[in-house]
Amino acid sequence: MTSDKNWEELGRKNLESENDIVMARQLVRHYAKQLRMGIVDQTRVTTAVSELLRNMYNYAGGGEIKIFSGLVDEKDALIITCSDSGPGIEDLELAMSDGYTSGMGMGYGLPGAKRLVDRFEIQSKVNVGTTVRIIKWR
Amino acid sequence: MKIDLHEKRIPIIKIGNYLIVSIQVDMHDKLAIQLQSQILDEIEKTGAKGVLIDISVLEMVDSFIGRMLSGMASMASIMDTAVVIVGMQPAVAITLVELGLEMPGVDTALNMENGMEMLEKRLREEDNETFESH
Repeated sequence: MTSDKNWEELGRKNLESENDIVMARQLVRHYAKQLRMGIVDQTRVTTAVSELLRNMYNYAGGGEIKIFSGLVDEKDALIITCSDSGPGIEDLELAMSDGYTSGMGMGYGLPGAKRLVDRFEIQSKVNVGTTVRIIKWR
Repeated sequence: MKIDLHEKRIPIIKIGNYLIVSIQVDMHDKLAIQLQSQILDEIEKTGAKGVLIDISVLEMVDSFIGRMLSGMASMASIMDTAVVIVGMQPAVAITLVELGLEMPGVDTALNMENGMEMLEKRLREEDNETFESH
């Protein structure tokens, strides 16, 4: 997974309730605005985060979101990491395919979030947890 | 009186044959579900012929809220009530389509005034049809 020690951490939030999801996406919107991203990109990244956090909340009961700014491939980017210590995803390819759902959603979650950002990375281990990192150029 | 700050309710206003709902808060999923049943209850109680839902201050509509809105439109239509979603921000519309959620069968209008005209036109058409069939 892409990583860099020179990224500046802008904020983080623990997710324990549905209200935390609302607060986390407002936090993301705040930093996207602060980084002077356009209104459409602000909306894309906030919506992507909302999809990811809902997955995390439904399947893992919660987790953590961290927001960074920094360079990825020598381009300025907003970087967001969502991680949980839930059941993990057995078949990543299946979970990433359009329309796939394990019953709690309609299958827009992961593939939908991926379409809204510039880069999407996912790591998952059964019974350990899942980490998703999304990157949006500024 | 104790006020629970987490307890948000979205007001539903009745004017003539219509219900007007203006969503002014960032909704979490439970609130969205609650609003859906609240509106359907109100349709039953009042016999409203149309519902205008203003989402002009919503900065984000994700797949859950999108599905709630389109689901509500089809439920209301089964109850013979038209739903018009009003004032969706361009950035929200772009994001919804990119997300893959296109909300088929949902009527939309740019603003409240257009939405109201849409509902009135529909009601007139229905009246004419009833008249013709007699």
